Amino acid sequence: MTVDLDALLQEHPDSEAMIGLLQDLQEEEGYVPREALEQISTRLGIPLVRLYGLATFYRAFSLVPRGRHTVTCCMGTACHVRGAPRVVQALERDLAIKAGDTTPDLAVSLETVNCVGACALGPLILIDGRYHGGMTPTKAQRLVQRLRGGGGAGEPTDDA
Amino acid sequence: MPVSLLMTREDLARVRETVRKGLDPEQVSVSICAGTGCRACGAMEIAEAFHRELGQEGLEGKIPVRTTGCHGFCERGPLVVIRPSGILYVNLKPKDAAEVVSETLVNGRSVPRLLYKDPGTGERTERMDDVPFYAKQMRVVSRLCGIVDPSRIGDYIAEGGYEQAARCLTTMTPDEVIDAVTRAGLRGRGGGGFPTGKKWRTCRNAPGEPKYAICNADEGDPGAFMDRSLLEANPHAVVEGMIIGSYAIGATKGYVYVRNEYPLALRMVSGAIEQARQHGLLGENILGSGHSFDIRVNRGGGAFVCGESTALMASIEGRVGEPRAKYVHTVEAGLYNRPTTLNNVETWANVPLIFERGVEWYTSIGTEGSKGTKIFSLVGNINNTGLIEVPMGITLREVLFDIGGGVPKGKRAKAVQTGGPSGGALIAAGNGESKSGSLLDVPVDFDSLTEAGSMMGSGGMIVMDDDTCMVDVARYFMNFLKEESCGKCSPCREGIRNMLVILERICAGEGREGDVELLEEISDTVIDTSLCALGGTAPNPVLSTLRYFRNEYDAHIRDRKCPAGVCTALVELSIDADRCNGCGLCAKACPENCITGELKKPHAIDRAACVKCMGCYDACRNGAVLRT
Repeated sequence: MTVDLDALLQEHPDSEAMIGLLQDLQEEEGYVPREALEQISTRLGIPLVRLYGLATFYRAFSLVPRGRHTVTCCMGTACHVRGAPRVVQALERDLAIKAGDTTPDLAVSLETVNCVGACALGPLILIDGRYHGGMTPTKAQRLVQRLRGGGGAGEPTDDA
Repeated sequence: MPVSLLMTREDLARVRETVRKGLDPEQVSVSICAGTGCRACGAMEIAEAFHRELGQEGLEGKIPVRTTGCHGFCERGPLVVIRPSGILYVNLKPKDAAEVVSETLVNGRSVPRLLYKDPGTGERTERMDDVPFYAKQMRVVSRLCGIVDPSRIGDYIAEGGYEQAARCLTTMTPDEVIDAVTRAGLRGRGGGGFPTGKKWRTCRNAPGEPKYAICNADEGDPGAFMDRSLLEANPHAVVEGMIIGSYAIGATKGYVYVRNEYPLALRMVSGAIEQARQHGLLGENILGSGHSFDIRVNRGGGAFVCGESTALMASIEGRVGEPRAKYVHTVEAGLYNRPTTLNNVETWANVPLIFERGVEWYTSIGTEGSKGTKIFSLVGNINNTGLIEVPMGITLREVLFDIGGGVPKGKRAKAVQTGGPSGGALIAAGNGESKSGSLLDVPVDFDSLTEAGSMMGSGGMIVMDDDTCMVDVARYFMNFLKEESCGKCSPCREGIRNMLVILERICAGEGREGDVELLEEISDTVIDTSLCALGGTAPNPVLSTLRYFRNEYDAHIRDRKCPAGVCTALVELSIDADRCNGCGLCAKACPENCITGELKKPHAIDRAACVKCMGCYDACRNGAVLRT
């Protein structure tokens, strides 16, 4: 764990701010480590079970380490009717993992999101936060293959 | 603009005059849409290119380049508007900046190839207001979206911003404010449609201190992004609405609860609050009125149920977002058990408008029971995807065909889904010309949509074409709701899960006689006995598709066919030898290498090895791959 818990706790001192604290923790560490939860629990006197409850209730948190790259497939209704499920299936087949999981070499996490509200670009995927619109299974596979090849995913596309 | 603490309403007027004096109405400027959609298509690179080109022409600093919020016409993004002439450029690329600078900004001529081109007639339209997508809209709440730079409070103040808050706080009593909102007939834009004035009145009269005002920006409906765009494009209008509301109900603390998946909206609204605070528009004794109010921003954790008022409040308190039974309403005992008013982003943004234009003007728009306008995100299988603002009571036909430009690839609109996972799919058969059996002429307002078996919802409007399977759509929403049910009450948790099991069975070609009746029976129980609105409305997608598309359920269950060719278990792919020209694109697209054939000769699919990924179907340019 590399995160500076002291600084985080100073920024989020009360129990009202617990979700914000976990969000920052997730952002910095890439996931919510067990030892961080234990330390927060001890130092703020908040039962560990409550923190665990928060970390498992909200979709934003992961209790296991995530991959170096995150591929997020938008599953909004607009993307759905334009073929998003086939894009996800193709990526699942290629990466040999299910959506929500990470490849064993910790290279890529494949995630889904309910909607990112960029429906004109649908179906779209996000690679490390960058939008790639007008996806087809083949285009998405190519982008992700490039990612595993070591390089970034390149320029965002809008060829919808 | 230097930060100056505004102590009185007169101070605000002075600042407004100063900013306005610095603005020349004839000043040529470039507005680049930098909403999430256009940003994803490279809007920021275009802004850079403009700066570079203007610099080379020696015009840097003489012609301002503004990055604004969403202009709404996402389909043709990135968008650039030249003011004051109002020329709209669509699908711009960074390399186009040079030509726009030399032709339009220097020589005053438009660049025809970059103008909007009608997909039907091929005609170009120069001015933004004349483009059909905009011409039929009534942009009043979103009037300033795309005009002001959301990161500069001065832009908003120059347009008359915060004047209505100042007027309410210094010349009106809270009761007068509530009275105006009540008479305006404003109803909650988050989907419920509850009268806002009534909510404020109850909250004001409820005992308990402090009181809270919350802005619900946890826009969870998939396919809906009105609230995000408002917060990105004109966050100050929301802040101003909240200041007015807080004064009316007597709230001293406010919260904006924003989805964490909206990083730009989060940044814009946080910045707006900070600027308002620096100017004394938030904080102690606002403009000398004696009213104090401040706002804090909370990030959501990605739970759909947190759009529900009691769950949202639990989440703000730092707890798990589970709703509670509402025998005591949140206006009486909400956040920290204190009287709380929760309104949606768009509702808050409507408030300053009511005071600016007056109740009479406001009530002249819309229908008997639904006043004003509504912002929709028009998405799915539609030519002009984007954000539209229309008067209540407009028909679906006008929205789909006049504004939306119809369905792509000459297909037919089969259904329009409104209200997100709580809403329903309405039949919309046709291309706008036929009237039989269609609901295209239903007026879009709170009551008419509910009557038709859907609901207004927060404003997602998803158009579905003939290639959409309605059973699959119902399954999609049930799967969504199964994931998002918080699990606190069993009818919602177990009911939705079991409905999904049945729908999956039907989509897999294993549907049984009686499944439809069972779905209806479970629906009744889930609706009647769920704790909150998530469960209470969850069966709507199933019931509405059953109401309008029962034949598709029957085809799946009895004939083991998916008429739209979506449910893969019920689809066989084959190649029509007459249409196949042997180009080999399908074979190239096939992940299983199960398509064979010599070049320039008809290909064939090995059905035993086919995984039905549809890659070949998408790849074929001759329509030779058949789904049967």
